[in-house]
Amino acid sequence: MTTPGGLLLALAVIVPFVGVLAGFTLGGRNAQRVAMVTIVAGLGIAIAVAAAMQRTGGGLVYLLGGWAPPLGIALRADGPALVMMLAVAVVIVGIGVYACADFGTPAGVREARAPLVFWTLLLAIWGALNLVLVSGDLFTLYVALELLTFAAVPLVSLDGKAETLQSALRYLLYALLGSVFYLLGAVLLYGAYGTLDIALLAARIRPGPATLAAAALMTGGLLAKTALVPLHLWLPPAHAGAPAAASAVLSGLVIKGSWFLVVRLWFDVLPGVLTGPSAQLLGALGAAAILLGNVVALRQARLKLLVAYSTVAQIGYLFLMFPLAFGGAALARESALAGGMLQAISHATAKAAMFMAAGLIYKALGHDRIAGLAGVGRALPLCVLTFVLAGVALMGLPPSGAYVAKKLLLGAAAETGQWWWDAVMQAGGLLTASYVVLVLAHALVPGAAAVKPRALVSRLAEAAALALALCSLALGLAAGSAGVPDVLSGALSPAALGGALVLIVGGALVASALADRLPPLPAGGFAAFGRPVRRTTLVVAAALARTDGVLRLWPVAGLSLVALVVAFGAALMARG
Amino acid sequence: MIDAATLYGLCAALLVGGGVYALIVNPQPLRKIVAFNVIGNGVFVLFGAIAHRGAGFGWGGDPVPQALLITGLVVAFCATALAVALLLRLFDEAGSATLAPDARPPAAPEAGAGER
Repeated sequence: MTTPGGLLLALAVIVPFVGVLAGFTLGGRNAQRVAMVTIVAGLGIAIAVAAAMQRTGGGLVYLLGGWAPPLGIALRADGPALVMMLAVAVVIVGIGVYACADFGTPAGVREARAPLVFWTLLLAIWGALNLVLVSGDLFTLYVALELLTFAAVPLVSLDGKAETLQSALRYLLYALLGSVFYLLGAVLLYGAYGTLDIALLAARIRPGPATLAAAALMTGGLLAKTALVPLHLWLPPAHAGAPAAASAVLSGLVIKGSWFLVVRLWFDVLPGVLTGPSAQLLGALGAAAILLGNVVALRQARLKLLVAYSTVAQIGYLFLMFPLAFGGAALARESALAGGMLQAISHATAKAAMFMAAGLIYKALGHDRIAGLAGVGRALPLCVLTFVLAGVALMGLPPSGAYVAKKLLLGAAAETGQWWWDAVMQAGGLLTASYVVLVLAHALVPGAAAVKPRALVSRLAEAAALALALCSLALGLAAGSAGVPDVLSGALSPAALGGALVLIVGGALVASALADRLPPLPAGGFAAFGRPVRRTTLVVAAALARTDGVLRLWPVAGLSLVALVVAFGAALMARG
Repeated sequence: MIDAATLYGLCAALLVGGGVYALIVNPQPLRKIVAFNVIGNGVFVLFGAIAHRGAGFGWGGDPVPQALLITGLVVAFCATALAVALLLRLFDEAGSATLAPDARPPAAPEAGAGER
């Protein structure tokens, strides 16, 4: 049953954890050296898995100890797992290079807490993510998810200040609530079917009270860990005080773990019991996240929090694939899955790059107030370029991965006749464009005096951030050459270029309507014309920001989770 | 008549329900941690009841849930330890331990009461 090359899957999990143990044992600045060696080895393993899958032309399977399920545990890799594994490896390499500047152990000190914790936990997150990607049974997935959370929580509070400790505790407690719901669902499934192996469950599963309760509980719990609106209370504060490299890990990678598990669950375990309303509900939450996240992002005073709220919105995009995939047509399911995966990896690379650029700007200026960014475009051109390229990749302009993803999802929407998701996606692109344009406008305004960077920005870190942004941008080309041939044709046609222009101009208009602080614009008729409109739109934006504040109160978020589980249960029962 | 597995199942439901309630309404982090453990115990009791029923195999007792349960206990213990460690650090740094994002601790529970 173990396929040739299956051992690579075990290695992909074991090698990072060996790195964690070695890092803690050797201690001090050796932790960083161990991390560097492990990162190179891990990248090699990910490439070897890809090569092995290419050779065998199918998935890899590894049975732990040679025991077959249901008694044993299988590790499996399929297409989506491979794609995620490669993306995770690339992002970890980028973050590793970037973090060399921030997390070197200072000279004269034998061991410093933050570098030791950062390098060991970076490896722990990698190992846990690889385990999430290749686990073949729901209980191993639970353990992997918990490992991921335990490794991610301390990264939030690396500086040890009271606010960040509080954010870390909030994150941990809410994630625990989510994972205990997931575990309860898994236990119910075991009670009903006597196995937790994904392949066996998929064959046995049929609608019934226990199955529906389990599906609702597991989905709800995972959404809490993914921070999908309205369950996002922990995400913005967690990013506010975390170092840039940690934010890049959290936002680019960690939330993808639980998201990937929702995908596994819905596409591999539950297709037999899913209903139209449940998929529409998941999509509706995604649409709410896009609206709320993007508008609140426009109102942030700090660049870091703007990027954090942009993540809240981007998580919403990741859930638009579900109503499209389960809208009826089997062909649409394939393209929706491909689009969703591509969206996830282009977000992982672009968002990591965006956080890195924001971190470098913070380091150079000593603050990251958006209103105080004037002159940054001249002082730190590479950082601003990285930010904009990452923004272009998030907007879905050609040739980015998100562009191809959007094409695939729009195709699926057309095929299943769900025009409303088409509209949500177009509006989402416009809103994304708006905050990128806003930041760019602030950064390009010439400052009163030339900005003097307070700290020297590491060229290596700048290059790492730029490389990740370019990676996300070039993903479309890679996807275009790798089997989705016709999506990129016409990417440079006048219609497509016109669409891009509309997106950017529209984004500028949206930004000027909804953003709190606008850059000093050249005085013109436009501002006078827009003022009454802006007064109305600002009220709407402020109302959304207040909604966000209420949703992020602990009791409200807790009740939202319970309500969502009940709603999913009801939606799963409503089969037509 | 109610058989043992059903009785244990009902107890589990009670523990999970009570734990979720406490986790949502109690503002103090320590009580939230205890509430999480109560929910976890409910899940473990349920798993025990399922093992007793011999799910899937028709045996007198199913050993697989017991193995999973022990792993689950270890995970829950780690989670509790991490949460308590964070809580102690927070108390050392801030002099108080609250989860409210700003310096108005009573705001959160009141909003919760209004919500119900």
